[in-house]
Amino acid sequence: MRDVAVVAFAQSEHSFSDLGWTEADLVMPLVNEVLSVTGMDRSEIGFTCSGSNDYLVGTPFSFVAALDTIGAWPPIAESHVEQDGAWALYEAWVRMQHGDIDAALVYGFGKGTIGDQVGISSLSYDPYYLAPLVPGHIAMAGLQARALKDAGFDVDPDPTPPPATDGAAAVILAAGEVARRVCSRPAWITGLDHRIEPHAIGSRDLTHSPSTREAAARAGVRPGVVDFAELHTRFEHEEVLLRRELGLDEKTVVNPSGGPRKADPIMATGLIRIGEAAARIHDGSAQRAVAHAASGPCLQHNLVCVLAADTASDLVSEGER
Amino acid sequence: MTTQASSSSQAAQTSASRASASQTSDERVVHVLEFPGGYTRSTGPVIGRFLTGLRSGRLFGVRMPDGRVLVPPTEYDPQTAAALGTADEDWVEVGPAGTVTTWTWVDDPRPDHPLDRPFAWALIRPDGADTALLHAVDSGSKAAMATGMRVHPTWRAERTGAVKDIACFAPGEGPAEVPALVPAPDGEAELEPVSMVTLPHRLEYRLRGGTVWNHFIDGMAVGQIRGTRCAKCGKVFVPPRGACPGDGVPATEWVDLPDTGVLTTFAVNNVPAAGAPEVPFISGYVLLDGADIAMLALVSDVPWQEVRIGMRVRGVWVPDAERTRSVKNLKWFAPTGEPDVPFEQFEEYV
Repeated sequence: MRDVAVVAFAQSEHSFSDLGWTEADLVMPLVNEVLSVTGMDRSEIGFTCSGSNDYLVGTPFSFVAALDTIGAWPPIAESHVEQDGAWALYEAWVRMQHGDIDAALVYGFGKGTIGDQVGISSLSYDPYYLAPLVPGHIAMAGLQARALKDAGFDVDPDPTPPPATDGAAAVILAAGEVARRVCSRPAWITGLDHRIEPHAIGSRDLTHSPSTREAAARAGVRPGVVDFAELHTRFEHEEVLLRRELGLDEKTVVNPSGGPRKADPIMATGLIRIGEAAARIHDGSAQRAVAHAASGPCLQHNLVCVLAADTASDLVSEGER
Repeated sequence: MTTQASSSSQAAQTSASRASASQTSDERVVHVLEFPGGYTRSTGPVIGRFLTGLRSGRLFGVRMPDGRVLVPPTEYDPQTAAALGTADEDWVEVGPAGTVTTWTWVDDPRPDHPLDRPFAWALIRPDGADTALLHAVDSGSKAAMATGMRVHPTWRAERTGAVKDIACFAPGEGPAEVPALVPAPDGEAELEPVSMVTLPHRLEYRLRGGTVWNHFIDGMAVGQIRGTRCAKCGKVFVPPRGACPGDGVPATEWVDLPDTGVLTTFAVNNVPAAGAPEVPFISGYVLLDGADIAMLALVSDVPWQEVRIGMRVRGVWVPDAERTRSVKNLKWFAPTGEPDVPFEQFEEYV
C-alpha cells in the first residue's frame, strides 16, 4: 500500500439552529483553511471527493452547489458519495493508491437543523418493510439499546438523539514525500476498511457488530497501543459495543473531542472523527489513534481508520537500524 | 472580456447596500419535498409473495440454506447471498403469534405512524421463524411492554399487499380475526399477486434564506436584479452566488444589473407541466448586460416562431402594487426591438 496521510483537517463552528448558511458558506472557509495550513495550491489537488445527503435540505443535486467552493472550472477530477464524508475519504484514499496523484481534498457537510430527521432517516431504510412504517433513527437506536440492556450491558434503553447540527469538515490527504513536505507530523493512514451488515434488521444480532469487528481486523487496530479513539457514537449505548468490537481497552480515551453527542453535523460527523483523530497525531498528543464512522440503522455499516505518526515502512526501517 | 455583454459590465453599478437586508430576512420559510402519488417500486417474486400473503392475512417466511426461516423474506440469504424462495417448498407459513425480541417506546406518534396513540416499535419473531420483523405493538402502556412477551398481528380490512396491512401487533396469543378484504374482490382468483408497492413521500423543511439569497430577493421586491462579482476574476453572477465557481473564493461584491440582455438559447415547450405557463411557452437563457452567466427565464410577448438566438430582450415586471418578495415579480423577458446581437459576441456564454 502507498503511504497516505491526513495532512490537514478543518471543521466549521457548528450551529444548532439554521443560520441561513448555504452549502458554499459551510464548505468554502474550510477548503481555504486546509489549503492555507498546508501551503498547497488548488492545482496540486489531484482528486476531490465529497459526502452529503440531498434529503437533508430537500433539494435535488444540492451537493453541486458546494462545488462552487473548490474552483471546479476548468473541470477538475471530482466525485461525490451520498454518504458521510468518511466514505468520501475512503474513495479518495483508494484513488490515491493508483499512484498517479499525490494529494486529494475531501469534505463532508450537512444541515441537520431544517428537516424532519425521523422522516429523512426512514427513507434510507428498506423501502418495502421498514420505510413505510417511518420508524426513524431514534427508534432504531432504541431497539439496539434495549437489546444491549437485555444482554446485560449497563446502558440506557431509552436513547436520546444527538443535537441536530449544521456543519462541515474538510481534510487533505497527501502521499509520501508530499505529505512530509506540507505537514510536520503527518497522520499516516496505516489501515482503512469498511464493512456492512444485512439490510434486514430483524436478521441481525443487535448485541454484536460483526462489521465493526471485521473492519477493525482488516484495518489492523490490533496489535498496538491506541492512544485515542474517535467513535461515531450518535447514541450513548453504542460506545460500549464499539469498544468491544474494536478491541479497545480501558487505556484508550474515547472521543476526546466530545464526539457526536456534542455536535452531529450529519454527513460530516464521521469525517470529523478521522480529522479529530488525525489532529491528535498532528499536535503530538498521540502516536496512534483509531477513527470510526457509521451509517445505517443500528450501526449497520462501519468504517475503521487507523492513523499513526509512523508509517509501516518507518517502523521496519527503525527495526533495521 | 471581449463580448458586448461583458464590456458593458463597467457600466453596471456596484451596490454598497449589502447590509440592507429586508426586515423579513430572518423569517423561516416552509419548503416541501413531495412526490405526488409516491414512489412506486416493483417487489420482485419473493417480497411480492410475502406481501400477497399479508393481503390474505397470513405470514410467510422462506427457508435459508442453513435451514433457518427468514421473515420478512428477501430474494437473497442475508449471510451468503444465495438465492432464496425460488421453490414452493422453501416457503413456510409462520406465526401469526410471535415473540418480542427487542422494543422501544414511542410517546408521541406521528401522523404517518401505524397508531395514533403511544405505542412500541418492536422486533417480533413469529412462531416458526428464526428472524424478526419490525412493527408497532399496541400495548397501551410502556409498563406493559417486555422483551419476550407474546404478541399477535391485527389486520386492516383495507389490505393492499403492504406492510401496513398489519394494523399493529397486540399482546397475547390471538389469533385476531382477519376481516374480509375491503373493497371485496370478485373472488380470490380475481386478485393478481402483489407486484408493486407505493411509498408516499412528503418531507417538510423550515429554513432561512442565506444572506446572498435574501439580498437578491430584496432587490427583486423592488424590481432590481442584483448579482455578485468575484474579486479575483471579475465575473458577475446572477442569480448571485456567494462563491466564485471558478476560483473558489467569496464573491461578495454586489452589482446592480439592468433588466436588459440577450437571449443566448431557448426552447419552445409544448408539454404542459404543473406550475408552468400555458403551452406553447418559451423558456430561455438570458445573458443580462453586465453579467457573466446566463439566467433561466421565460420569454413572451412574441409569437414563438419569431424567437431567435441573439434577440435583445428586456424584463417585464408585475405592476408595482402587485410586487411581493419573490422572483415571480419578473414575469418574463420580451423583445426590445433592437438589432440582434451577433453570435460571436456571446458565444462564450452559450
